[in-house]
Amino acid sequence: MLGRLALAPVFLFIILTTLFVLLRVLPGDPVTAALAGRLSPAQIEERRQASGLDEPIYVQYLDYLTGVVRGDFGNAVTDPRAVTEIVLDLFPATFELTVFAMVLAVTLGVVLGAFGARHRDDPLDVGGRMFGILVYAAPVFWTGILAQLVFANRLNLLPTGNRIGARVPIGDLEITGFYLVDAVLRTNGEFFVDALTHLILPGITLGLVISGVFIRIVRVNMLQTLRADYVESARARGVGDSRVLFRHAFKNALVPVVTIMGLQFALLLGGAILTETTFSWPGLGSALVDFLNRRDYAAVQGIVTFFAVLVVIVSLLIDFVNGLVDPRVRY
Amino acid sequence: MTDHVVANRAPAGGPEPVLRVRELVAEYATPRGALAAVDGVSFDLHPGESLGLVGESGCGKSTLGRALLQLMPPGGAVRGRVELGGRDLVGASLPVLREIRGKDVALVFQEPMTRLDPLMRVSDHFVEAIRAHRPGTSRREARAMGRAALAQMGIPPTRADNYPHEFSGGMRQRIMIALGIVLRPQLIIADEPTTALDVIVEAQILDILDALRRDSSVGLILITHNLGIVAETCDRVAVMYAGKIVEIGDVRQVFSAPKHPYTKGLLASTISLETTRLHSIDGTPPDLVTPPPGCRYAPRCPFVMAHCTDAVPLYAEPEPGQLAACYLYPGANADGRATPREDAEVAR
Amino acid sequence: MTASPSAGVGRERNVSVRDTDVVLEADNLSTYFPVRTGLLGGGSGAVVKAVDRVSFDIRRGEVFGLVGESGSGKTTLGRTLLKLVDPTSGAIRYLGRDLAPLSEREMRPLRRELALIFQDPNASLNPAMTIVQGVGHPLRIHGITSSRAQTRARVAEMLERVGLSPAENFLDKYPEDISGGQKQRLVIARALITEPTFVVADEPVAALDMSVRAKVLELMLDLQRDLGLTYLFITHDLATARFVCDRIGILYLGQLVEWGRSDTLFDDPQHPYTRALLDAIPLPDPGRRDRDKRLPRGEVPDALHPPTGCRFHPRCPEAFEVCGWQGADLIDFLEDRWTTVDADTFEAESAATGPLSGVEVSRYAVRFPAADASHLLPLLRDLRDARAGRVFSAVDDVTEDRGGVAVTFRDGPEPALQPVAGRQVACHLHGVVAREDSEAIA
Repeated sequence: MLGRLALAPVFLFIILTTLFVLLRVLPGDPVTAALAGRLSPAQIEERRQASGLDEPIYVQYLDYLTGVVRGDFGNAVTDPRAVTEIVLDLFPATFELTVFAMVLAVTLGVVLGAFGARHRDDPLDVGGRMFGILVYAAPVFWTGILAQLVFANRLNLLPTGNRIGARVPIGDLEITGFYLVDAVLRTNGEFFVDALTHLILPGITLGLVISGVFIRIVRVNMLQTLRADYVESARARGVGDSRVLFRHAFKNALVPVVTIMGLQFALLLGGAILTETTFSWPGLGSALVDFLNRRDYAAVQGIVTFFAVLVVIVSLLIDFVNGLVDPRVRY
Repeated sequence: MTDHVVANRAPAGGPEPVLRVRELVAEYATPRGALAAVDGVSFDLHPGESLGLVGESGCGKSTLGRALLQLMPPGGAVRGRVELGGRDLVGASLPVLREIRGKDVALVFQEPMTRLDPLMRVSDHFVEAIRAHRPGTSRREARAMGRAALAQMGIPPTRADNYPHEFSGGMRQRIMIALGIVLRPQLIIADEPTTALDVIVEAQILDILDALRRDSSVGLILITHNLGIVAETCDRVAVMYAGKIVEIGDVRQVFSAPKHPYTKGLLASTISLETTRLHSIDGTPPDLVTPPPGCRYAPRCPFVMAHCTDAVPLYAEPEPGQLAACYLYPGANADGRATPREDAEVAR
Repeated sequence: MTASPSAGVGRERNVSVRDTDVVLEADNLSTYFPVRTGLLGGGSGAVVKAVDRVSFDIRRGEVFGLVGESGSGKTTLGRTLLKLVDPTSGAIRYLGRDLAPLSEREMRPLRRELALIFQDPNASLNPAMTIVQGVGHPLRIHGITSSRAQTRARVAEMLERVGLSPAENFLDKYPEDISGGQKQRLVIARALITEPTFVVADEPVAALDMSVRAKVLELMLDLQRDLGLTYLFITHDLATARFVCDRIGILYLGQLVEWGRSDTLFDDPQHPYTRALLDAIPLPDPGRRDRDKRLPRGEVPDALHPPTGCRFHPRCPEAFEVCGWQGADLIDFLEDRWTTVDADTFEAESAATGPLSGVEVSRYAVRFPAADASHLLPLLRDLRDARAGRVFSAVDDVTEDRGGVAVTFRDGPEPALQPVAGRQVACHLHGVVAREDSEAIA
């Protein structure tokens, strides 16, 4: 465990350096790229100096690294706010979306996977597996648009996008930025329902895409654990069938799921970006796309840095949880 | 007819057998057809008695162990009678079988390293096993019973709450035996319990099984390929070949004067500290999907006679209490005659 | 021909063994494997001493047996002698030449003369190669034959030799088409086709049924006579070793504890471990089942933390005060004791010691920091005075220490091999002789 903790900064360092180099490889500089043609050359020069782009490259690099440590992810060029502020503002939306999607993906994966293993090669098992492959292969924006067409447009059941209805006075109601939590805190049923109905389509879209891997992993693992020696031994001791299934086969099959969750997290963020764009979900992902379109590379660097730090932290957490779940991993 | 011959008599006026097996058949479905790994096996086991079931790979002994408790893998089928205390296990309902498994009969398997759930503490295994049969038992009581059983096996109570991966192979096998005996079964079936272990640990485990048998008159069926183990631990021995028992009897009798040619060959092939010459048996065991006609050992037997392939031999009783399915002895033919060979026996 | 009082046991030794002709010699040979605990492979410096300062020699024409249980290091030693695993220190002298410093390139031409027979024929035969391809492979590698026809002819000859006859029936088959015993003959054919000088056979018959073993063993011995081979026979089965081997070395946790002529060892074993191994072997003779067996307690310990002093001392029925007792042995004693006393005594005593997980253990002392000294001191002292366990023979003092209880031990060095009754034994029972390079105090 300590070893992993020691490695985290090393990984982070490598990722950040790569990011920095990538963005500097682009011709020109962030300020010129974003604002050329909109401001006079003198103003651009002024902005450049203010952003510290005059400094030698290694000074910029060091500033960047120390900034990350302090939680300062730089300043946007086309937006007066610092990236940190943008993140704090928009991240709750992305967080709600990704958590919902992950919970859905794991639940779906575990249920379909376990069911498939138990009833191996039954029509339901085959159907479940095909379903898993289809959702995994389909691009998330395609699935999203399809969902919008069917449920929002044709059936009028759910909203096409956004996070909350126009009628809801969100400015007054918001506390944490996590709308579902805020609705509970304000004990406002209407608010809650509204937030939830807006979350459903994008959440399910993203969740489905990620669930494919879980379905397969859980199914394969359970097929193995069902045949395991300790399962046979438990049966030989007269332990009841349902307990053998659940306590021994199922529990052991789930052990790798925690690790998979960690591995899938980065994919989840990537999928979130596309999902947010499709559903006009006002989160960090769609903001990233906006900034890319505006060529505001400073903001892009800041947000991507934030994502990178997040992935590293989540990986560490996953390792820790793994140790709780599997006694063989602890020392 | 089989009943009369096979029912090995208990010591005069002795107790009823704990286990009565009659014409047990255990089959697997294979792409080429049904394979009867156990093909018509019958024997009795008395309380406190230890029976060694010995044979080489493919003879069906491991399948027999599982078939007794109806633990065949999917695609397997069991026919015949397995009577435990009067109740027939073949075709018994699942609840009845569940009740018997672990409580009346304990099964100890071969590979101890993989027989315990890696996510569960050893003490929890005991709680689970005890509560499966006595649901009202408190956790405390179950843990105490578990610790006592472990102590009996030489595992200190301070380690009862460890996880399986914290124990060595020999200790895990002791834990398996402890799990088997904690509910005081009448019968233990041990399938190659020491094959994966070193010789000193093996001797320790055999001592444990022996002590168990003597102290609590638990019946023991010991399945193994190692004749030395059988000689040291068992009262009676049954030699299996190609799915059938070819010889059964008191262990001293069978080892000093084996009657079936396969038994003779097997004993001669066993390398011990006192072996002076090497001996082997030519040929290979038969294919059990299409077994050869008549006596299955005929293709390899040095004493084979013309009529050996006509029909499967019945059990003859060349010595009281010692049965051998071989035409060399009277009783193996349906009409009771024997046609012994004139040549001398192979020296051992 | 060796004549011995126990003539009749074991095979007819028909190759004259000249004492002065040494084919292979291990000189203070060690193979250590570092344990990686750090993520970058840095590790804590802990090593597994799979083979630890082993010295012996193998003479031309003999079968030398290497006997041990799991964790003894016998397989690693076999592979180290062939330089399939790099030794950490020491020398491997093959016909006088030290192999240890040679690079793989320099070893290449020598590999013709050094062969290895594996244990599991299913694992060591390539299922994708036909028999002629697989068995003929060494010929091609070493350039012994230069055409397919030549290879085929040589392979056919070898197959006939190992009893796979007529060879034509086997040449183009695959390993999966033949039986276990036949597969092992193939492994032997492949190993011997380059006509090596020295052959390491690692558990060559362990995977075979009893009724088939004899044939393969006979084959190996016949080939030895015909080709003038020298064998290193690695096994855990003492009975087979007795029959087949001329001289035997007994390994325990990487060290040689006894070695010498096999009849000498078996008739009159001097090391308690050898005696234990012999006692433990089940005899297929029911009349002898009640013989007296002194079995050691416990199992082979973890190779990462071998016992100090003599590695067998925690289990030895005859260990005494100089055998290297240490703190961990006292813990073992208490745990063992607690399996024999009633629940109340266990509760009382373990309350007195405090939780065992918090006990501080070092080489010469053990401290119970959470102990109830007023109960533990008299308990330990009573146990010591009553000699309740062998560990107490080396206990120096039992004292109160900063609120807890500390127990100190006297030193006990590692035993060196010494000549006793015609063989070499490493055991203080024959006189305390310390190894010069005995480990420093931890």
